[in-house]
Formats: sequence, structure tokens, C-alpha cells
Amino acid sequence: MGKQDLPAEVSASAYNYPDALGHFGPYGGVFVAETLIAALDELRVEYDKLKDDPAFRAEYEYELKHYVGRPSPVYHARRLSDHCGGAQIYLKREDLNHTGAHKINNVIGQAMVAKHMGKPRVIAETGAGQHGVATATIAARLGMECVVYMGSEDVKRQAANVYRMKLLGATVVPVECGSKTLKDALNEAMRDWVTNVANTFYIIGTVAGPHPYPMMVRDFQKIIGEECLWQMPEMIQRQPDAVIACVGGGSNAMGIFYPYIPYPDVRLIGVEAGGHGLASGQHSASLTAGRPGVLHGNRTYLLQDENGQIIETHSVSAGLDYPGVGPEHAWLKDTGRAEYVTINDDEALEAFHRMCRTEGIIPALESSHAIAYAMKLAATMPKDAALLVNLSGRGDKDMHTVAEKSGIKF
Amino acid sequence: MSRIASTLSALESAGRKALIPFITAGDPDPSLTVPLMHTLVDAGADIIELGVPFSDPMADGPTIQRSSERALLKKVSLRNVIAAVAEFRTTNASTPVVLMGYANPIEAMGVDAFAEAAAKAGADGVLVVDYPPEESHDFAAKIRALGLDVIFLVAPTSTEKRIQAVGEIGSGYIYYVSLKGVTGAGHIDVSEVAKRIPAIRKSVGMPVGVGFGIRDGASAKALSAVADGVVIGSRIIEEIEGSPADQVLPRVKALVGSIRQAMDSQEVTA
Repeated sequence: MGKQDLPAEVSASAYNYPDALGHFGPYGGVFVAETLIAALDELRVEYDKLKDDPAFRAEYEYELKHYVGRPSPVYHARRLSDHCGGAQIYLKREDLNHTGAHKINNVIGQAMVAKHMGKPRVIAETGAGQHGVATATIAARLGMECVVYMGSEDVKRQAANVYRMKLLGATVVPVECGSKTLKDALNEAMRDWVTNVANTFYIIGTVAGPHPYPMMVRDFQKIIGEECLWQMPEMIQRQPDAVIACVGGGSNAMGIFYPYIPYPDVRLIGVEAGGHGLASGQHSASLTAGRPGVLHGNRTYLLQDENGQIIETHSVSAGLDYPGVGPEHAWLKDTGRAEYVTINDDEALEAFHRMCRTEGIIPALESSHAIAYAMKLAATMPKDAALLVNLSGRGDKDMHTVAEKSGIKF
Repeated sequence: MSRIASTLSALESAGRKALIPFITAGDPDPSLTVPLMHTLVDAGADIIELGVPFSDPMADGPTIQRSSERALLKKVSLRNVIAAVAEFRTTNASTPVVLMGYANPIEAMGVDAFAEAAAKAGADGVLVVDYPPEESHDFAAKIRALGLDVIFLVAPTSTEKRIQAVGEIGSGYIYYVSLKGVTGAGHIDVSEVAKRIPAIRKSVGMPVGVGFGIRDGASAKALSAVADGVVIGSRIIEEIEGSPADQVLPRVKALVGSIRQAMDSQEVTA
């Protein structure tokens, strides 16, 4: 795609989203009950002050360096690339972060905002458990009370992460409403926040929810792409031809995409969970197969039935199992700046195993979706092409799921 | 004057307060929705808030979420809810009906199609929980153009500026959320509510109904001393939930009747 093909809205100089009310074109916004407005206003005002405050930035960067272990390396997956027989695949190693995924970048930022706002209690929703573990970790680190809401189905699927959160001193509340997965955990966390707003900060784990969350979470995750902007030229003397990331809510993808938006020669490719295949109806591909609507405080693409009821989603990876997607992705899709594709459960599992065997890296099932698409795409490209994949998390948490799929019992 | 405005103004002239029960359409069964609406009127309801079931009712507590889930199991859609209003209107021309729910089912139907169908069926107002004033200018204009009222929530945390904004865009009445939390939660602090209501009423220039956390005749009575109306939802849903199918109507009638009686007795002693 040449620069002249880009809509004016997303050219380097013009991309300036969201607007003051949190809109990314027609998406985003603040679609919540009046009971939450004051809390969101307070957060917006406080975050606006902090985000450009040099002392706050320095404190955040210190934590990223010394506690998380940033910058995370970019790694050339040579044997995986050779296996595909085409483009070179590079991995942004977010799996090497403390707690094993990109989630911590955002959680540290929000927990610091909570501290500045004088809120001693943090709450979070979690799907795979990654965001819950990250939140429990920071709460322990900063001495805050922590309550994590998790769908009871996910509690079963991710028992090890539940135990991790408890070890870290968090209270894990299983949610029995609705489909008992991430979206229901989010509903329940919102209810807690409405009730306890005076002393509680809600740490949302993805680039969704009402303004300012999609913007704030993106801002705390954009460190991923900012590092790549100097790491890629160090490795290959140029930027990659495409940046590839999995998209559930979309925080790891926004984090690596955002700094690349002004680089029109770099394709941005988001990979959604195709589950058992789009035709089966059992998937989590909101951007590919959904329609715009309003859920969880923002307007975005949703998986919904003809009556506007949110439908149950499926993915082998709990972290992608969500019927919505961050509103900025909806906008990047509509403007054509990013492309969105799907990878099915089986393809993700195959990529998972291939990565283990060729690179000695056990990837999260979420990230395996991005790897699977990169492998497909690489095979169609010349050997001097370069693909950058966000390896957003490590797969230790997925041992049970993968073993089960392979017919193995511990 | 809208049916809501004329109902509330008649009540004011009579020195009475509005009893506004909430039920979820389709719960416990679609066949009971219209009979339940008539039962509410027989028991003394002045306005009916008819809930549109939604899969993710974020601002509601577990009781109303369960009622939504029961209705959705029976495949109740927004079109079915509007059809129930039309059926109710064939024998009741006077009791206002407010459709209360979330944005997504309305957007899925299309705002224009929804507004026309709701007006044609004889609905009187719309309250969309997750449409705050700043996100609903177009929506409110379309609804009002068809003669329906757009009702907004005001919370204990709402600033004076926001209350004024609600006053400008809303009509019919204001729904004051009496506590921090979700529907069906906790206990209500009447003195806190009493402190806020007069200023809110003055600022918005329309009647103020109070809801969230009203569970019995005593709390309804206490609140009707300070507000223009009281909204009761979760407690009625609990009654529906706990009743065998053939007892739903008599038990709801007894419950709502007792609340009406408590509210009216207060007017005698006041």
C-alpha cells in the first residue's frame, strides 16, 4: 500500500485519535449508565494530567525497565522461517516479560494512575488469567487490595492461573452469569466498580471499554511497537514488511500497531480467532464476521444475533474468546489501515507445536494465532521479506489445554 | 402533552405519587407479559417500565439479569416487546408505558425502525441505560420527533452541569438512581435521597422518579414523601421468580397492591 492510497485520516500527520469524547470515527465513545460517568470523568481528567507529566513517565519507564525487564528483544526465528521457505519471521518477545505476557505493561501504568488517584483497591476482569495475574502481581508490588473477576468456565480452564493470583494475595471471584466467560467477568467487574467507586480503580485489560480506557491501554502498550521501531533497523536496517498480532480485545495488537500507523509501507495484520471455522458459527472473529453495535461502554464490531443479543463465542484460547474488539481496531479496519484475518483452532495448535520444535519457544495459544498466519504469509513471500510477529505471551498456562487436545492426561 | 406528562400532572394535582413498577418483557413467559401489565395497573401502577431483555445488562444486578436470561431463552426480541405494548394498548389507553433497556438491541433493529414501531404500538417513553446524554443527541431527536419521551438517569454522583444537560435533552420524568450500585442492591438511604431531589427537580424542571433499592411498602412510602414517583423492579422480579406459573399474577398483584397502599396511606398522614 502506498502512502497516496491511505485515507487522509490515517496519514502520518493526521492520525490523531480518539477525539475528546473518545471517538475513533464512529467507534468508541462512552456508552455507560449515568452511575459510571463521574468515575470515568475523574479518570479522564487525572489521566490527562499524568500522561504528559515527566515524573510519572519516568516512574513508569523505571518500572518497565527494572520490574518487567524491558526492552523485550526482537528475535529472528531462523528455523521457523526456513521451515516456511519464504519471508524471514521476527518475534517481538513479550513472552519474556515478568508474568509472561504483554499484559503487565498496561497494568503497571494503570496501577500507578490508581495510586495517584488515592484508590487503595483495584479490580480486574480476566479471561485466560493473564491480565488477572498481571493485576494481582502489581497489586502485591504496590501493596493494594486486589479482586479479580473470572468466568467460572475460565476458572476451570485456567486453574493454574487462578492459583497464581491467589498466591499473589488476590481474591478471585468466579462469575456464574451468562456464558461464564470473559464478557460476563467484565459485566461483573463493572458492577463492582459502580458500587465501590469511591475507593476502587478498575484496571481494564484490553483496549476496549468506555473512554478513556481504549486510549489509555493503547498508550501503556505502545512501548511494544516503539521498541520495534529502533530494534528492527538494528537487525535488518529497515522496518518489516508487515506487523502481525493476534486480536481478541486487541491490546497487544494495538501496542505493536500504533507506532507503525505512520509507516504506510508496513502492513498491519490482526489475526482473529477462527475457532472451529467461520462457517461453524463457533469463533471469536468480531471484526471479520461481526457488525457494529454497543457493548461494554463502546461502539465497535460485535458478534451478535439479528436481534442485537451478544452471542457466545469460541476459541481454543481463552484470551481471544471475546465477542467485541477494541474500537480503534474497528476504525483501522474501516479505514483500511489494518487488515484482519482469521486462524482456526487447529491451525493455531499446529503453529504452537511447530514453534516449540523449531525454536524452543512455547508460545501462548493466543500468540499462536499470529504465528500461524505469519507462517502462511511467509510461504508466499521472498526470502528477503521480513515479518514481525508479536509473541504476546508464553504458553506455560496452556499446557493443560494443549495436552488435552493431544489426548494426553497428566 | 404526552401521556406521561399528563399522567404525572394529574397525580400532582391529586396530591398523589406515581408508582412505577418494572418488569422484564417475556419473563417468566411471553404469554404472561400483557396479563402482567394489566395486573400492575389493577394493583395501582401509574406508569409501567417494560424491560427489553438484553444478554449483557451491565447496570443491572443479578435478579434483573436472570429475568433477561429467562426471556431470552424464550427468544423474546425487541419486536416482540413492542408487539406486547400494542396488545396492551388494545384495552388500556391511559397507562403510559416506558421501554427500558440497552442500546444494542435498538441499534440492531435500527433507530428509525424502532422509533416508528414503538410510537405506532403506543409506547410513551424510552430509557436506554447505556445512552448518556452526550451519546444520544440524534437518538433523542428521532424519538421526540415521534412524540415519545426520552427518559434519562441521574445518579448521586451526577454533577450539576450534567443534571442540566439531562434536563435539556430529556423529557417526561427523570429517573434518579438512589444508590451507588446496580439494580436490586443494598439498602436505600432516604435522607441522602431527600437532600438531592429538590435541587434536581428544580434544575431539570420535570418530575423525579426514584429507583434502585426500593424493596417494600415502607421504603416506597418514605421515598414518595420526597420524590414524585418510585420505581420498583428487582423486588417484583423476585416475586415472579419465586411463584409457580399460575400464581404469578395474584402474587404480583398482592405485592404491588401493598406498596400502593403504603404509599397512599402516607398521603393521609402527611
